[in-house]
Amino acid sequence: MHWAFYLSFFKVLLLLAITAPVALGFGFLGAMAARSHFLPLSLLGKGYIAIVRGVPDIAFFMFFVIALDQAFEWTRHKVLCPEWTDPVRQGNDFIVCQAAKLPLGSAPEWVHETYGFFLAVITFSIVFGAFAANVLFGGMRAVPHAQLETAEAYGMTRRQTFWRILVPQMWVYALPGLSNLWMVLIKATPLLFLLGIEDIVYWARELGSYKNPKFTQYPHGDWRMWYFLGLLVFYLGMTRVSEIGLERLMRRLSRGQATSGGELLRKETTA
Amino acid sequence: MSCLQTIQDYGLRSIGIGERLLPRNDFTLCEHFTLIGSGMIWNIYFGIMALATGFFLATALAMGKASTNKWLRKPSEWFIFLFRGSPLFIQFFFAYFLFLSLKQSFPFFDALTSAWLGALIVLFFNTAAYSGEIFYGALRSIPKGDIEAADAYGMTGWSRFRRIIWPTMLRLAWPAYTNEAIFLFHATTLVFFSAFPVWQQRGDALYYAGYFADKTFNPFIPYPILAFYFILLTLVVIWGFGMINKRLNRHLPAAKRSKMKLRLNLAR
Repeated sequence: MHWAFYLSFFKVLLLLAITAPVALGFGFLGAMAARSHFLPLSLLGKGYIAIVRGVPDIAFFMFFVIALDQAFEWTRHKVLCPEWTDPVRQGNDFIVCQAAKLPLGSAPEWVHETYGFFLAVITFSIVFGAFAANVLFGGMRAVPHAQLETAEAYGMTRRQTFWRILVPQMWVYALPGLSNLWMVLIKATPLLFLLGIEDIVYWARELGSYKNPKFTQYPHGDWRMWYFLGLLVFYLGMTRVSEIGLERLMRRLSRGQATSGGELLRKETTA
Repeated sequence: MSCLQTIQDYGLRSIGIGERLLPRNDFTLCEHFTLIGSGMIWNIYFGIMALATGFFLATALAMGKASTNKWLRKPSEWFIFLFRGSPLFIQFFFAYFLFLSLKQSFPFFDALTSAWLGALIVLFFNTAAYSGEIFYGALRSIPKGDIEAADAYGMTGWSRFRRIIWPTMLRLAWPAYTNEAIFLFHATTLVFFSAFPVWQQRGDALYYAGYFADKTFNPFIPYPILAFYFILLTLVVIWGFGMINKRLNRHLPAAKRSKMKLRLNLAR
């Protein structure tokens, strides 16, 4: 049925809706860590930012999906089966006790799918969190230093300065980078396919192909080209809509700011 | 089997020279390094070829987008939007199936369905669109005085472009272009994970890393090795582009010469 195909579009939108805020949270934590005066923490934050950007993101996707799964299973294995003495890695196998399997072998199909999707969301969030951390770190540094000095002169603590002065002002500096990141995130969603999720790419391949016996009630030749053309148009539409939306947001945020964008708005209204 | 032997057998495996069968069990660290490194040949091939060809189309696109002529501007704008606005992954799929159906009608297009040409064409268009946008941005920020000075000297047309506009554009665009080059190299890992088939297991670095991870079910060895190679490649790209940047800025007094401050921004 073609329902699965239509449903997979919602999967993409759901992924976007969950990943964007979570990645932003990861990014915020990363940027805070990188700014920290405590050396190991700042190295951790900077390392997180640097590594994810030096290596292709696809490599990370492939890595984290297996690594996270094994990490979860290993943890459960340690907790649930303490009497188990065999090593977890035996040659080319990764063996945990039955009770520690994720999802459980007896679980229904939808649990498997949800678990896969959950892993994908975490993976996306970790990778895009690093990009967001980079952008937010830049945004925090772009806030004029005089603002922070003034806050200190008023006797604010470091914590107060951070939350009351720095954070409210950094968004307008970070927004160009974040909107770029949003675009990149949209364009990364088809990679869900590589993580083993039955997403739009999967269904476009399945439905477009003429070989598939499941869909003999609509016999057709090889239409995969047209299905992918459809996806191309879908993504172009998403990009265009986001561009317009972000443009509006930028105008809103620039109002009254001491940036060239804000200056431009001021001139527009006075002229 | 000594490591030297492994390198002899598998060093050029990705282009079909050496041992035909991939190792099946008891993978050594040396085999990991050799095969994944061998796969890097493809990543470097795709990256360099796409950059070398894409550069010229990018210049043309930037000039087209900045042109006052509607017939030049609109196509360039659309081309850039088309390739920047959609995921590379989907572009690969679409191109592959397009080439596949072309091949069925005209056997002449046979080579297009294999990765070395088909994927290269997609990467060529893709990087041309991204760099074209970068160059267009640089074109618009060329100091007005430079062009006025060229006009005052009576330079027009080609000589003005070749001597004033183009070098200045490159100079301004270079840091962003370096960034684009790095992410293009990263994007080459997508080729064999989209529709383009891997012929006789001659894949790129990520393909071999994935092969090992599948066989050993242990991602903690192959992927860090892959990461190591890519960080190395990134450093080489930064170094090479830094050298060109130096040459582009060689006429400036040393104090004004902008040290290339490269902040890897994900701008794809």
